Amino acid sequence: MSSHNDGSDNFSSTRRRLLKGLAALPAAPLLSSTALFSTSAFAQAPATSAINTTGLAVTDTEVTVGILHSVTGTMAISETGSVQAEKLAIEQINAMGGVLGRKIKFIQEDGASDWPTFAEKAKKLLVNDKVAAVMGCWTSASRKAVLPVFEQYNGMLYYPTFYEGLEQSKNVIYTGQEATQQILAGLDWVNKTKGAKSFYLIGSDYIWPRTSMKIARKHIEAHLGGKVSGEEYFPLGHTQFNSVINKIKLTKPDVIYCAVVGGSNVAFYKQLKAAGIDLNKQTLLTISVTEDEIDGIGGDNIAGAYSCMKYFQSLDNPNNKDFVAAFKKMWGEKTVIGDVTQAAYLGPWLWKMTVEKAGSFDVDKIAEASAGIEFNKAPEGYVKIHPNHHLWSKTRVGQAQLDGQFKVVFETPELIEPDPFPKGYQ
Amino acid sequence: MFSDYSLAELSSIFLMQGFAGLILFSVFVLMALGLAIIFGQMGVINMAHGEFMILGAYVTYFTSQLFLNYLPSLFGIYFFIAMILAFLASGALGMATEWLMIRHLYKRPLDTLLATWGLSLILQQVYRSVFGPREVGVELPSWMMGSLPVTEVVEVQINGLFVMGLTIAITVAVALLMYKSSWGKQVRAVVQNRVMAGAVGINTEKVDRYTFGLGCGIAGVAGSAFTMIGSTGPTSGQLYIVDTFLVVVFGGAQSLLGTIASAFTISQAQSTMEFFLSGSMAKVLTLLGVVVILMLRPQGLFVIKVRR
Repeated sequence: MSSHNDGSDNFSSTRRRLLKGLAALPAAPLLSSTALFSTSAFAQAPATSAINTTGLAVTDTEVTVGILHSVTGTMAISETGSVQAEKLAIEQINAMGGVLGRKIKFIQEDGASDWPTFAEKAKKLLVNDKVAAVMGCWTSASRKAVLPVFEQYNGMLYYPTFYEGLEQSKNVIYTGQEATQQILAGLDWVNKTKGAKSFYLIGSDYIWPRTSMKIARKHIEAHLGGKVSGEEYFPLGHTQFNSVINKIKLTKPDVIYCAVVGGSNVAFYKQLKAAGIDLNKQTLLTISVTEDEIDGIGGDNIAGAYSCMKYFQSLDNPNNKDFVAAFKKMWGEKTVIGDVTQAAYLGPWLWKMTVEKAGSFDVDKIAEASAGIEFNKAPEGYVKIHPNHHLWSKTRVGQAQLDGQFKVVFETPELIEPDPFPKGYQ
Repeated sequence: MFSDYSLAELSSIFLMQGFAGLILFSVFVLMALGLAIIFGQMGVINMAHGEFMILGAYVTYFTSQLFLNYLPSLFGIYFFIAMILAFLASGALGMATEWLMIRHLYKRPLDTLLATWGLSLILQQVYRSVFGPREVGVELPSWMMGSLPVTEVVEVQINGLFVMGLTIAITVAVALLMYKSSWGKQVRAVVQNRVMAGAVGINTEKVDRYTFGLGCGIAGVAGSAFTMIGSTGPTSGQLYIVDTFLVVVFGGAQSLLGTIASAFTISQAQSTMEFFLSGSMAKVLTLLGVVVILMLRPQGLFVIKVRR
């Protein structure tokens, strides 16, 4: 009995304080009108029971998604940008009223650059938190680690990195490019404009560079009538490239074609420059350097090199100008935006549009509805989801400048169809 | 593969390849020297060696920023000041580490491995939180970039020459310190017999602290120099640690000469093989060779004869 009395006392005192506060506010009428407005917004929003039949974390006012990237460990260098872009997109969507009348709330987990940790955290997000979708992963290894989890517990993953292809899942939307989209157009361009016939392939030694180089070699030999004058792989983290640079000097290839990643990148370009190779004269085409990497390499060490990506920060279109301004406003004037960061930004938007098209948060319905989703406001320009869950996108070639930005020198006229299982390239 | 080239081209390529091997040799010596002192003289397995190097690299980065913003006229010489600051910063951190952690573990050498590994993880996260997870680009004065053309094909990298000069200077300094100074005598006495050294009046604790500080300080200088050839980020130190241990263990832990000989062998083997095979294959064969030799000579190449 006494406890009940206590409760009511507390309640009435709170109410009294609240009323006092309201009376003190000159704008009280305005406040009640906003309250009215938001109730009417809820009235328009469909009932939770209708749009969430599988028990996801959706309430009448909120929907929870997961962000799963490494913010500690080796990969934090690369994944930081993706986290920033996803948070920006979520904030912008919320400012526009959310998804189906519900604000997006996110739970962020740290994959810690460790693949089993990624799988564990993915399971936690799907099973305990029941998130409606996950924006996450960066390396192929982390994606491979979480894929069985997403398929078993029927989750939805938006994966931002350009990658080697050879994968397709109902539970994943690949917002980056698969290998053929990124590679073929760039090789064609360098063949046509520079008359390049001989290529020297250099990569870090793991699945993405090896698969990409295999595709590149097939294309060079079968379609461009060129030859591969050397193909080299170095262990991740390798820092001494003088021997291979000598080999390049000896073979004098038309193009150095490069997929070196991480800290090795910095060592490679610094040593190229120190060895007296002028990238304005020796054509170098890379598929692994974005604005993010140049931060570490230093603009003057890489100026002149060409990079083949779908997005550069310097893209000149109104969508991108808004995006870059918003990104810098949120994360600081000095941050740079690379290809993957932009692809990560697409994730929440594509998910929102798919949910609205499907009229439901159910993963099965989203997987079904994804094909054909179009996004006009993408910073890279118009994109569209293919039935194979990859994006139609343009490929661009940019030339690195002293200030660390790229100057776009080529853009495919049409969107390129994603082809994760390319015939004749395997 | 050589049939397409003229004799002149071939000879110049071999010259450049030899030079590439020498640069690699200097790099190996520079990174292993600090560890050789700590591991060889004190028996401490310092897994955080790479992080001490990266501290030096960050100090270099901040010094360069400072000079760019406040003393642009002196930018050409900032690197020398940065190296001294890197030595002091890493040395001071090393002495603090010795005092707080290592000295409690001298009787348990294997535990130092675990403790310093923990320290390396902590330092990495500290760098990440304080300096940011992204790599930073260290700007170099223009005279340190580029190469000197010797003939039309042969070019000598200036930063390679710089690293070589620095390595020679530091090696000579360390050798003098260890084998000619009275402090070096004390260090060697403590290594050979800690109890007796203490009994004849050597302050073994002080010797330990300064030895550890010196080793870490040299790591800092190495890190500072490596901003010319590698990346500077929270986890960049990890790139060097395996090679460093390889050089020290292969050379025989207690001998500076062994470290130098082992750095020479490994670097020449690796750079020659990298030229004829692919990079990954060269690494595999180098490691295989080291394993085989260590099976035949578990103490490493050079051993000091000590009565046990």
